[in-house]
Amino acid sequence: MLDNLDKKIIAVMQGDFPLVAEPYKELAGQIGISENELLERLTKYRKSGQLRKMGAVLRHREVGYAANALCAWIVPEQHLAKVGELMSGFKAVTHCYARIPQPEWPYNFYTMLHAHTRDECRCIAAELAQAAGLQKYTLLFSTREWKKTSMSYFPEYAKGEEAT
Amino acid sequence: MLTTFDKDLLNLIQTKLPIAPRPFAQVAEWLKVDEATVLARLNWLKDHGYIRRFGAFFDSSCLGYVSTLAAVKVSPTCIEAVAGAINAFPGVTHNYEREGEYDLWFTLLTPDQACQDLALTAIRNLPGVDSLISLPATEKYKVSVEFNL
Repeated sequence: MLDNLDKKIIAVMQGDFPLVAEPYKELAGQIGISENELLERLTKYRKSGQLRKMGAVLRHREVGYAANALCAWIVPEQHLAKVGELMSGFKAVTHCYARIPQPEWPYNFYTMLHAHTRDECRCIAAELAQAAGLQKYTLLFSTREWKKTSMSYFPEYAKGEEAT
Repeated sequence: MLTTFDKDLLNLIQTKLPIAPRPFAQVAEWLKVDEATVLARLNWLKDHGYIRRFGAFFDSSCLGYVSTLAAVKVSPTCIEAVAGAINAFPGVTHNYEREGEYDLWFTLLTPDQACQDLALTAIRNLPGVDSLISLPATEKYKVSVEFNL
C-alpha cells in the first residue's frame, strides 16, 4: 500500500527532473525529505515494479522513427501467452498487450510498432505474422498526434497539500 | 544532427539513469567523459526536442490506476472538436488519429473503474461521435519505448 509520502514522492517525480549534478537532492528538497530517504524509496519502488524505469523517453520522430502503427491481431485464446512472449522479443515492438475484444471489433491482441517508414512497419508486421503463424491482423497507421503526455499521478499531493 | 556521442548518450540514458546521489557522474564514467559534458549535452538534447520527458516512469496498474485503450468513430467535420474534448480529460495520455474504421485512438488512466465509466460515457455522448469501443488489457507482455540510435 502507498502511504501519503509515497504519493507525494510519485506526484513530484512526475514533474521536471532537474538536469543538474545532484538532482535527487533537489527533488528531496521539494518533497521535504532527505536525499537518502528519497533514494531508498525510489529503490524500493523499482524493486516492486511500481517504478518502471528511470531515464529518458525520446521523441521518436526526431530521432528518425517517423512511422508508427498500432497493429491489431486476432489470436486464438489458447495461444495468447506464447504469441505475447514471441512478439515481445522483437525490437520494433514497443508495446504488446492482450485486450478484451468487442462484438464489432474482434481484435484481441495489440502491438505498437515503430519504424523509419510505413513500408518497414508493413514488413515487420508480415514478419511477426509469419513467426506467430497468424493471418488476421490490421495495421492502423497514425496520421496525427492529438495528445501525447505523461500521466500526473496523485496530482492533489504534488503541491504539498496533505490530502486525506 | 546527432553526433556519435549524442547517440551513445541517448541509448544509455533511455533506461539506465542510476538512483544515486550523482547519477550523471556515473553515466559520464560509462561514456568516459566528465559529468559537466553529460549535463550540457542532455540539456541541449532536451531543449532541442529530442527528449520528450526525462525522469521517473511509473507502472499505472502497480499504483492502483485503471487503464484502457478506446477508439471512436467520428463524423469527419467533428474530428478536431472531439479530439479537443477527449484531450481535456486529465487521464487521457495519448490520443492519435489513425487510418481505418475508427478515427481516434486514446488511452485513458483513471484512479478507479467508476471514473473510467464516467469519462467513456461522456466521450460517447460528444456531438459527432458515432460509436466508441473500449478495449481494456487482460495481459501486458511488453512496455519498452526504447530506440536504438
